[in-house]
Amino acid sequence: MTIQRNDWSLQRKGIIDQERHKDRVKEAIRKNLGSIVSNEAIILSDGKRTVKVPIKALDEYKFRFNSQKGKHVGQGDGKTRVGDVIGREGRPGSGGGPGGGTPGQEAGVDYYEAEVNIDEIAALIFEDLQLPYLQEKAKKAVQSRKTQFNEIRRTGVIANLDKRRMILENIRRNAREGNARFGDIKKEDLRFKTWEEVMRYESNAVVIAMIDVSGSMGEFKKYIARSFYFWMVRFLRTKYDNVDIVFISHHTEAKEVTEEQFFTQGESGGTVVSSAYQLALDIIKQRYRPEDWNIYPFHFSDGDNYYSDNEEAVKLADELIKICNLFGYGEIGEEGSSSYRRSSGALLSIFSDRLQNKEHFVGVRIDDKEDVYPALKEFFGRRGVETP
Amino acid sequence: MLDLEIRDLEVAVDQIWEVARGFGLDPYPTNFEIVPAPVMYEVGSYALPGRYSHWTFGKAYQRMKTMYDFGLSKIYEVVINTNPAYGFLLETNSPVQNKMVIAHVLGHVDFFKNNTYFSKTNRRMVESVSTHAQRMMEYEFKYGRKNVERFLDAVLAIEEHIDPYFFIKREISAAEEKRRAEHQHKDGPYDDLWLLDKNERETRELNRGDQANENERPVRERLPEKDLLFYLMKNSPTLAAWQRDAVAMVHDEMEYFVPQMQTKIMNEGWASIWHARIMRELDLNDNEHIEFANLHSGVVSPHKGQLNPYYLGYKIYEDIERRWNNPSIEEQKDFGRRGNEGVAKIFEVRELENDVSFLRNYLTEELCEELDLFVFELVEEEEWTITEKRWEKVRDQLVSNMTNFGFPYLEVVDGDYNGNRELYLKHRYEGTELDMRYARKALEHVHTLWGRPVHLETIVDEESTVMHYNGDEHGED
Repeated sequence: MTIQRNDWSLQRKGIIDQERHKDRVKEAIRKNLGSIVSNEAIILSDGKRTVKVPIKALDEYKFRFNSQKGKHVGQGDGKTRVGDVIGREGRPGSGGGPGGGTPGQEAGVDYYEAEVNIDEIAALIFEDLQLPYLQEKAKKAVQSRKTQFNEIRRTGVIANLDKRRMILENIRRNAREGNARFGDIKKEDLRFKTWEEVMRYESNAVVIAMIDVSGSMGEFKKYIARSFYFWMVRFLRTKYDNVDIVFISHHTEAKEVTEEQFFTQGESGGTVVSSAYQLALDIIKQRYRPEDWNIYPFHFSDGDNYYSDNEEAVKLADELIKICNLFGYGEIGEEGSSSYRRSSGALLSIFSDRLQNKEHFVGVRIDDKEDVYPALKEFFGRRGVETP
Repeated sequence: MLDLEIRDLEVAVDQIWEVARGFGLDPYPTNFEIVPAPVMYEVGSYALPGRYSHWTFGKAYQRMKTMYDFGLSKIYEVVINTNPAYGFLLETNSPVQNKMVIAHVLGHVDFFKNNTYFSKTNRRMVESVSTHAQRMMEYEFKYGRKNVERFLDAVLAIEEHIDPYFFIKREISAAEEKRRAEHQHKDGPYDDLWLLDKNERETRELNRGDQANENERPVRERLPEKDLLFYLMKNSPTLAAWQRDAVAMVHDEMEYFVPQMQTKIMNEGWASIWHARIMRELDLNDNEHIEFANLHSGVVSPHKGQLNPYYLGYKIYEDIERRWNNPSIEEQKDFGRRGNEGVAKIFEVRELENDVSFLRNYLTEELCEELDLFVFELVEEEEWTITEKRWEKVRDQLVSNMTNFGFPYLEVVDGDYNGNRELYLKHRYEGTELDMRYARKALEHVHTLWGRPVHLETIVDEESTVMHYNGDEHGED
């Protein structure tokens, strides 16, 4: 019989395996980007750094009983009777009956919830995205800046002291003096990390974000458009230092709005798509001359345009495409409907039939939250990097 | 912790040991380690120190540690069933907490040593798991960490499906014996002639190699087989040698853990009874006594709505002791109980029973009533409702939920299904359906281990259903 107290400070197993678990979480996130991209917790995160996201595929699957169909044994406070309700499904513990515990052991909890950092997810999503067909234009350049710690020097700011290298240098110097140990640090042992600012010059670019806020754009459709633009704005702001974004919302009339209005307003009315395109053309003419700017209009709508306006919309879209680098059109279907059942009057099919210049046009159909990520990749995928 | 406190504790350990022996407890010698919280949670999440690496342990560790960091839960004690045994004490425990934990641990160690379900347990398991860890690491090095990890994912999905009585050598039935005999050639002077037959020679050579061959038919013995891990390890057409070894290691470790899974209520009840009695024998001052009383009532108190194994076990032992000390007239007449046999009886029970038999034999009507036990289930997919209070039904339900340590009972019924080396499993349905979503995923893991189509027969909505998975898609009929 002994009592011992050993030094456990080198014990790292739990921590090492915790890292393995984190790796698995990251991998699962990568695989589930499709559903994470449109997750409410993120889109509505309102500036929070981390959010909880349910992730499939991280459960430890076993053969187990369906606890909802099983009978369990519990214990009460002495006054329970047959027929007492001790809990409600979905809201465990909320039962008012005696002994209102949490029966059913994790009944209904199907997904593993991982705490994720939005920036990390953004980095994963943006890995392969870029502004397609970007060209060098004459006017002021778009800067894209990156800081890299890539050098070690003997002098520097003390905050950037590289302690590991310092210790190594110190031991090395002591060893040269015949006594390999750590201690007696001299100025010549100090090593500093220094950084370099890598500037890349991109051409200047403007994105014209258009959204249909007519009555037919229900909650789901608006949400889809919103999650797409959420990532698009974030992507542009992280990757390019200077990208102008113009927000236009339209129903039968179009108007330029602020970013906040763009993401929050709800309106009603019919849909005249051409009004938005006309406004976009006007703005381009006034503020963003195509000779100086790379121009990227994106438009989200349910495609339920006034029949009589289709002709005009196609004409203006063609005009836009002529002066733009890429014109993106996203058509949002009813929740859960398959892409076969698109209504015949929908704009997407009209565009793909009648547009004259389709090379710089990308049209996608979104029927489901999971389609947002592929749409992002479609719009901002690596595509013809042209140099004039 | 101060050195002074450690010296005090050393004195206390000897004292507690003597008191325990005086009560008739017979534990292995036990070494106590005082450890900081992260180590405690590490030992707790791996269940044995030094096991192989896997992300699921990391997940458990993170969960436990987070709970601790946020002050939501705390483990006071971890005990390792080896000889000598190990008890881990949390650095931040108070002296009274430590004394109670030491007494509690000795109760567990006595149970480990004397309960018959532990009689075949490897008492040098810490060494075994560390050699496992070593080998697993070598495999990671040789075959890639990802590959080993993915493979372990599959093995761990069915790790509970082993035969707890694996060590019992099963007798081969007479019919089986006959069948085997027919397949074996009798020794004779002209045996070498058989070798002239090219096919025969090839089969013999094939059988000699221990590497399984995709075309080789499995030896159909002892089916159905409850031990899925063992069966897959032996008969899977596709596993490489290292993979079989990995399955064997997991099997080994599960054999070690199964007795603990079979005796949770008994073991905790036993340790609780004895920590209470031992503590009462120690010289505690008033403050210490109040602290102990608080701790003890925290351990053995009913949790509303659910079952606390510490409390349930504790109450049953107490009840047995009372009934054998002061038997009723009928008990004296019908069962020949002489009275004052309570202590001897609970020692007998701790030696012979497991949770299932413990509850079946000793959970009485009076106890069910006193503890206010009930059966509850989900009614109309909405309300968890108490549906049964008759004590025999409650007891039977509890026993049935404990059977096979709470896991569905699966067995291999055919390893050559369709004459195509497909694996056919059967769920022995006993009233509760499988979680089908989980079953589908778990079946994928079985497929990883078997490498050819797998099937699982079960019952859904009272109809026999066979689930299929062929590596690409699931089917059901």
